[in-house]
Amino acid sequence: MWARAARLVLRAWAGGRRGFTSKAEPQESGRVTAEVIEHLERLALVDFGSQEAVARLETAIAFADRLREVDTDGVEPMESVLEDRCLYLRSDNVVEGNCAEELLQNSRRVVEDYFVAPPGNIPLPKLDEQESFSQS
Amino acid sequence: MLGWTLREVSAALKQGQITPTELCQKCLALIKKTKFLNAYITVSEEVALRQAEESEERYKKGHSLGELDGIPVAVKDNFSTSGIETTCASNMLKGYIPPYNATVVQKLLDQGALLMGKTNLDEFAMGSGSTDGIFGPVKNPWSYSKQYREKRKQKPHGETEDSNWLITGGSSGGSAAAVSAFTCFAALGSDTGGSTRNPAAHCGVVGLKPSYGLVSRHGLIPLVNSMDVPGILTRCVDDAAVVLGVLAGHDCRDSTTVQDPVKPLTLPNLTDVSKLCIGIPKEYHVPELSSEVQSLWSKAAKLFESEGAKVIEVSLPHTRYSIVCYHVLCTSEVASNMARFDGLEYGHRCDINVSTEAMYAATRREGFNDVVRGRILSGNFFLLKENYENYFVRAQKVRRLIANDFVNVFNSGVDVLLTPTTLSEAVPYVEFIKEDNRTRSAQDDIFTQAVNMAGLPAVSVPMALSNQGLPIGLQFIGRAFCDQQLLTIAKWFEKQVQFPVIQLQETMDDCSSVFENEKLTSVSLKQ
Repeated sequence: MWARAARLVLRAWAGGRRGFTSKAEPQESGRVTAEVIEHLERLALVDFGSQEAVARLETAIAFADRLREVDTDGVEPMESVLEDRCLYLRSDNVVEGNCAEELLQNSRRVVEDYFVAPPGNIPLPKLDEQESFSQS
Repeated sequence: MLGWTLREVSAALKQGQITPTELCQKCLALIKKTKFLNAYITVSEEVALRQAEESEERYKKGHSLGELDGIPVAVKDNFSTSGIETTCASNMLKGYIPPYNATVVQKLLDQGALLMGKTNLDEFAMGSGSTDGIFGPVKNPWSYSKQYREKRKQKPHGETEDSNWLITGGSSGGSAAAVSAFTCFAALGSDTGGSTRNPAAHCGVVGLKPSYGLVSRHGLIPLVNSMDVPGILTRCVDDAAVVLGVLAGHDCRDSTTVQDPVKPLTLPNLTDVSKLCIGIPKEYHVPELSSEVQSLWSKAAKLFESEGAKVIEVSLPHTRYSIVCYHVLCTSEVASNMARFDGLEYGHRCDINVSTEAMYAATRREGFNDVVRGRILSGNFFLLKENYENYFVRAQKVRRLIANDFVNVFNSGVDVLLTPTTLSEAVPYVEFIKEDNRTRSAQDDIFTQAVNMAGLPAVSVPMALSNQGLPIGLQFIGRAFCDQQLLTIAKWFEKQVQFPVIQLQETMDDCSSVFENEKLTSVSLKQ
C-alpha cells in the first residue's frame, strides 16, 4: 500500500513537474518518495535529471539491502584499517603558505584577494518553481 | 629497447648505451604513434625533455640519482602535478592546474624520473573499463597485438577489426595501456576497489596495490579516503618493487601513512617455495568465473604444489557481501568527497549567478557525468539521518567482518592468498557498454575490492594468454605491510610462467596509419 502510494507520488512528480516520460516505472521497491528525492537533490546539490536516474537509485538501494542478511550484532563498525595505530599529529606550526596568488589563479571569479560568490542566503527554488533555474 | 624492463633500461642508461634524452624522444615518438589508444590525456613533452636534459647532465657528471634517473614514467590524471593540467577526466576539473605535486609524483621526480604525461581514466576514477571519462575510452593495446589478431583471423566471421577493439579495464586503464604499449617504463594508477589490478590484468602488466598506509595519498584527488591507495603499474614484479621502494614511507602531509621505517626494497630470488603456504579462498569460485581463468587458477595452484608449497583451501565467509558493503561505503565517501567541487575556488563554474546555491547546483550538474552524480545521490541516501544506521554503519560493521576473515586466514598460517584478478579476459568495448557502470563495477571488482576494505597489499601478475590471445592475470594477496614478501612470491611465480611479450610492432604500423586521419577530438596532445 505504502509502496504503491509512493510510486504514484513519484510518477505524478516525474510526469508533471519535469516532463519525464513515465513509461519507465521503477522496477524496484519504489521506496523513494518525491520528498526524499527533493531532499537528496538539495543535500547533494545535483539533480536526478531523469526518471532513469531515480530507477538507478532504487536499484542501488535494493542492492545495498542485501546487507540486512548479515548478522552484525555486537560488531563494532570499522572506520579505518589503521584503527589500532596511533594517528600521527604534526606539531602545530605553519610550515607552508604565502601562495594566495597561486591559489586564486584557479578560480573563475576573484576580486583582489577574494573568491566571488553570487548572492547567498537565497534557497534553491521549490521544485514547482524551478523552471527558470533548471534548464537541463 | 622500449620493450625492456625498467631495471634493464636503467642499466643501459648507467652504461651509456643510451642517453636520457634519446630514451625520452623514443618514448615521445611512440606516444604519438599510439595516440589512437587514447592512453594519455596530456603529454608533457616539454617537461619531459627538460627533465631528460637535467638527467643527462647528472649522468655525464657521474652523479645519477638512482635507478629511476632518466626513466620515462606516466601518471594517472587524478594525481596533482604542479603546472600540468589535472582533470580526473571530468568537465569539473578541465583546465585545472594544480599549484603542487602529489607526494608520490614529487618522489618520482626527486629520483630523476621523466614525466611523460597524464593518463586517461574513468571520470574521477569511478568505473572498471576506462570508458566513462570525458576524453573518451582507452583502447587496449592487445587489440592490436599479433597474438590477438592471428587468433581472430582463424574465426570464420571476422568482423571489421577496428570496431572490435577491447577495453583496458579500469579505472587506471590509461596507465596500464601506457606501460603495455611501451610508451613508458612505469606508471602510477590509483586503487580504491581494484582500479590498478583490474586494468593490469587486462593489459598484461603487473599491477600493485600496496598496503593502505604505506604510500602517501597527499595530492591524489580522493575517491574513498579509507580505501584509496596509489597503485603501481610496471612490466615486471622487480620493477614494481623498485618503484614501491621509492614511494613508500611516512609523509607528514598524509596522517594515514604509518611511521614505521621503510627498508630498501629488493626482492630475493626464491628458489625454494616448500615452506610457503598458499591459500585458495573457496568463495572465489563464483559461477560467473570464465572456465579459462578457472583452469589457469588451478594450474597456478598446482604449480606451487608441485614445487613443494602447501596449498590449502581457505574460507572467507563474508565474501559474498563484500561488494555490497563496498558499494555503500564507496558511494557514501564519494558523496562527502565530491562536496568540495562547488565552482568557487577551482574547476568548472557555470554562468548562473542568481544565488550561491543555484550556482553550486548548476555547476555540479554541468561538471559531473551521470555515474558520478548517481554515486553522489546514492551516497547521500545512505547517509540520511533515517538511513545512517541501517546502511552506512551496518556496512562499516560488515567491513570489520570482512577484514576479520582475512586476519583469521593469515593467522591460520597462510602466507599469501591466490585468486583470479578478473572474471575473464578483456571484452570488446561494444560488449562492455551494454551494462551500466554500477552493474559493471559490481561484477568487475568482485575479486579485488575486499582487499581495499581490509587494507592489504595485493598484486596482479599476468600468467598466460587465453585461447583468444589475450592476457589473463592472477592476484596474490598478502598480510598487511608484508608487501615485500608478497612481491617475492609474485616474482617467483612470474619467473615460472614466463608470460609472453606483447607483439605490437607490425600491427601498430598499420594502425597508426589508419588512425592518423581519424579525428580523435578527445585526445589533447599538448606541446
